[in-house]
This record gives sequence, structure tokens and C-alpha cells, in this order.
Amino acid sequence: MSHNIPDRVKRRVEDILSRYPRREAALLPVLSALQEERGFLSHSDEEWAADTLGIPPAKVREVVTFYSLFRRKPAGRHHLQVCTNVSCALNGADGLLSHLRKKLGIAEGETSADGRFSLSSVECLGHCDEAPCLMVNDEHYGRLDRRALDELLEKLE
Amino acid sequence: MNREDELFLTRDFGLDHLHRLETYVSRGGYRAAAKALKTMTPDAVLEEVKAANLRGRGGAGFPAGIKWGFVPRGTDALRYLCVNADEGEPGTFKDRFLMSHNPHLLLEGAILASYAVGIRTAYVYIRGEYESIARRLETAVSEARASGWLGDHIAGTGFGLEVFVHRGAGAYICGEETALLESLEGKRGHPRLKPPFPASIGLFRCPTVINNVETLCHIPGIIRHGAEAFLKRGLPRDGGTRIFSVSGAVARPGCYELPTGSSLRELIYERAGGVRDGRKLKAVIPGGLSAPMLTENEIDVRMDGDSLVEAGSMLGSGAVIVIDDETPMTLVLEKITKFYAHESCGQCTPCRVGTAWMARIAARLRAGRRRNGDVDTLHRLASGIKGRTLCPMGDAAALPVLALVAKFRDELERSS
Ligand SMILES: Cc1cc2nc3c(=O)[nH]c(=O)nc-3n(C[C@H](O)[C@H](O)[C@H](O)COP(=O)(O)O)c2cc1C
Ligand code: SF4
Ligand code: FES
Repeated sequence: MSHNIPDRVKRRVEDILSRYPRREAALLPVLSALQEERGFLSHSDEEWAADTLGIPPAKVREVVTFYSLFRRKPAGRHHLQVCTNVSCALNGADGLLSHLRKKLGIAEGETSADGRFSLSSVECLGHCDEAPCLMVNDEHYGRLDRRALDELLEKLE
Repeated sequence: MNREDELFLTRDFGLDHLHRLETYVSRGGYRAAAKALKTMTPDAVLEEVKAANLRGRGGAGFPAGIKWGFVPRGTDALRYLCVNADEGEPGTFKDRFLMSHNPHLLLEGAILASYAVGIRTAYVYIRGEYESIARRLETAVSEARASGWLGDHIAGTGFGLEVFVHRGAGAYICGEETALLESLEGKRGHPRLKPPFPASIGLFRCPTVINNVETLCHIPGIIRHGAEAFLKRGLPRDGGTRIFSVSGAVARPGCYELPTGSSLRELIYERAGGVRDGRKLKAVIPGGLSAPMLTENEIDVRMDGDSLVEAGSMLGSGAVIVIDDETPMTLVLEKITKFYAHESCGQCTPCRVGTAWMARIAARLRAGRRRNGDVDTLHRLASGIKGRTLCPMGDAAALPVLALVAKFRDELERSS
């Protein structure tokens, strides 16, 4: 079976494996490394992880579907995750989210037609002091209002 | 600088490069580790932490020394330390604050805990969203290894420790200690039935200590200055300081370090600048989202575990969320119930079904489509979850709803 896993990922996985006394314990970091490469986890990624760690593919699928940061479909180039928990809601998060929906023409869970943006609402991101806040891929942005958000969107190609 | 000041975790947080080993060491960092490893027995370290009666800062408030004492002694068997850096309780951001300003303080705390318990491998389980902080921790680990503060023969002694940073992947329940262990073993974050407790059967079936980031950050100060100095701060039975995360409708949201037992009203009005935009205070969630809310006339309370339980709430993670008088309680209810419905791991029927049902009702109330009996149903559902689940998350989902219904029933009943 050919899985198309680049060598640099294989090397990273070797390093990850050295940190745990049991191979299967490396599953989360291994999946994260695979997802970083392609932006999502393909069927073949899951199989490769299962083979490499010596666990049944069904176990891998169980884990992939349990954790919210794993994706089985590509997201947009800029994946917007808007916190809508209490502290952010007290600072206008719902308004920001509906502004984004209108402006991008997509709902939560969708990707814009040009592949530039995808949108989701998430639970507390641990940056409530910067409410309302969101993440774009791995970056945090806080204290947003519509204007600041519009400016941010323009900067994201 | 007197000793009292040195017991403040955040004393040096204004410094530019505190996260670098060099700066940390120049401020007295790793001196506690050197002192312990060279001049104290593991038992002496354990006894000092027991004497300080350091209560856990992660939510449950269990004394760290007693927990460490549960790990079987006098064997060479493998055992582990898991640092709980999952920080998912809504309103909480103190561990992020601590790790980003001073990652070496956490590492020094981990060295001391591991030395006391005879641990040689530690994992920091950090929530997946804290990517930049995980990187900062990794850098700190490399620095510490390069200078002999981690690895074999720490400070030239026979004691060695490896620390690995392990990133989660987005699941609030993995902050619960046994779910964290499952997750670290590469599985879904499903809480385990207790007993056995992790101190006897934990990670990879080995005895395991699990502590919150802030708990471990207090250890170096306790070892350097002694339990007595720690206990002089705060309350006689619940000593030291705590870092309160204050957010919501306040003028100056942020982390504030105060002695345990400080006044909630002062924390809100004097530290956090009071309610934003000249509005009035309507309610406060005093200990993270799962803590039952207090109303304006209930906030003259001390911020320590016992006082808050007496006031009908809990200190939890020390996260204070302030709600202003222009915020409809249906909004708060909707957010609380949606959170638990989303994060339930699904193992127990009352939690899985109850949280989803509560969220549907709350969404209806918020949209102004209340049906007769909705508020009573909410109350019945929350009561049905409470005390009937495998892990404490069931209670965490039920208690805030019960408090909200008890204290704001009229407003909820008017919501259509
Ligand atoms: C649903 C749930 C979520 C939790 N989340 C966290 C968390 O994010 N961080 C944390 O330190 N403790 C969390 N806890 C508490 C842990 O189970 C455990 O008590 C704590 O990590 C022990 O450390 P401590 O004694 O130093 O406080 C959570 C508990 C429950 C029930
Ligand atoms: S109470 Fe909820 S979160 Fe805890 S084990 Fe049961 S279903 Fe899972
Ligand atoms: S509530 Fe939005 S980051 Fe915490």
C-alpha cells in the first residue's frame, strides 16, 4: 500500500515515538503531525497511523472523530474559529459570528467557494481576557470588533 | 525584596525575558531545586509540601502533599507525573498566563514533585489550542536540559527527570484527570471509574500524580521559603496566593494574584476595575463555568474553597466571570448548556441526554419561544443529572443550571 508520507513526517514520527513507552500512546501527536502536512486527515493517513502504531484502524477512527481539532475534510486556507462561550458572548461574540456569516456567505462548518475561508464556532479558547476572540489556524486574535475583524480578513490572502 | 514578596508567583512577570532560563536563574530560579536535591531527602520535600497544605489549583482543591503521599513508596516501580495544562474550564486562562510568562517555574515545580515522589518521567498535557505556549514550553525544556536541570544527574546529583510536552486535540473532558490519562495513552478521553485512583493505577497502569500547572508553580516557593511562610499568606488552613482569571463585563479583565481568601467584591471592583461602561453587576460566576452563580448581594464572600462552598458555590479554577445588568440570563443559560452538551463524552446517559435536552430548551428560551413548563423541565433535567454520573462533569453541568433557575426564575419565565 502506498501512503505518500513525506520523509520529514516520518522522521518527526520517529522522534514522537521515542517519547512514549508504548507506541499507541503517540497517536494524538502522530495524527497532529499528519494533519499539519495536508490540512486534514485522509483515509490513507489514518491507515498509515494504524500500521505504524500497531493498532486497528477502527481505533484510529474513534480517536479522530472524538477530538474537535482533527478534520477529515480540508478546511479553508484560513480556518476561522470564533469563541462563543460566556465571556466572549458578554463582549459581542454572537454579533461577530453573524457578521462573518454574512460577509463570507458561509455558515459554521462550511468553506467559501474560493477555498479561502472556513468558519466554525468553538468553546472557550482560554483567552477570555481578550474577549471577544477567535483563532485563525493556530494564531489568536482578541479584542475584536467588526472593524478590526474586517481589517484582519483583508490581510488574509 | 522580602520573603513574603517572593512567594508571589507573578512577582517578576513584568520582566522582559523571564521565560528564558538565564533571566529565571538571575531571579533565583532553580535555587529551590538545587536546595532540595542537594540538601533534602525526598521525604523532607514531601513533608514540607504537606505542612504547607497546598490545595490543588485545578478545580477540586485537594491538598497536593496528601495526594503525593498516596503513591506507594519503597519500590523502584515506574511512576509518572502528569501536569494538567488542559485549561478548558470556560473563564480560565491563568495557566496560559503562568506558562507563557514563566515556563521554568513550572519545570522547577515538576522537578520538585518528581523528586519527592520518585518519578523519572513527566508529561505536560497541554490543550491543543495553546500551540505557541507548547512551543515556549518545549524551548524551556531544551534550555533546562542543556544546563543540566533536566535529564540525568540533575544538578550533579543521582536524580534524573525527563519532561515531555504532549498536546491535546480539542476536548474539554480531557482536563478531568482520568480522561487525561486515557487521552495520553492514545485513546478517546473517556473518564475512568474511580477507584482505583491514579496514585495507585494511573498512566500505563503505573502510579501517577496529576497536578494542575498553578499547583506545581507554588512548589519552588514553598521549598525555598518553607511551609510556614506560605501559610502566613492567605488563610490558616488554605494558604498562599491564587491567580484569579477575571473576565466578562469588567473594565480590566486579566489575571490577578491575591492571597487566598481575598474578597470577591474587591477583586472585581478594585482589581478588575468594576463593571464595564458604568453598568451594574447582575451576577458573578465565581469559579469557572460550572460554579453556581452568585447575585449582587452575595458577592461579599472570601475567595477560598470553604467560604465559597458555604456561599453555595465553589472556587473551582478561580475563574471569575462578571455578568452585567443588560445581559439577559437566557443568553448565559444558552451558552452554559450548549457548552456541556458539546463536551459531554457520552458515556453516561443522564449526562449525554440531559445536557443535550437542556441545551435545546435553553436555545428555545433565548429565541423567545418558551413553552409552558420549560423552566420546570430544565430544573428536573438538571436534578436528574446531578449525582448520577461517572465523572464530576455531570454535576458541573447541573449545578450552574440549578443555580440559574433558582435565582433568576422570574426572568426566565418572562422570556417569551
Ligand atoms: C470535567 C472536568 C474538567 C477538568 N478540567 C481541568 C483542567 O482543565 N485543568 C486542571 O488542572 N484540572 C481540571 N480538572 C480537575 C482534574 O480532574 C484534577 O482534579 C486536577 O488536575 C488535579 O490537580 P490539582 O490537585 O493540582 O488541582 C477537571 C475536572 C473535571 C471533572
Ligand atoms: S458525566 Fe458526562 S463527561 Fe463524565 S463520563 Fe459521564 S458522560 Fe462522560
Ligand atoms: S470565553 Fe471566549 S476565550 Fe474564554
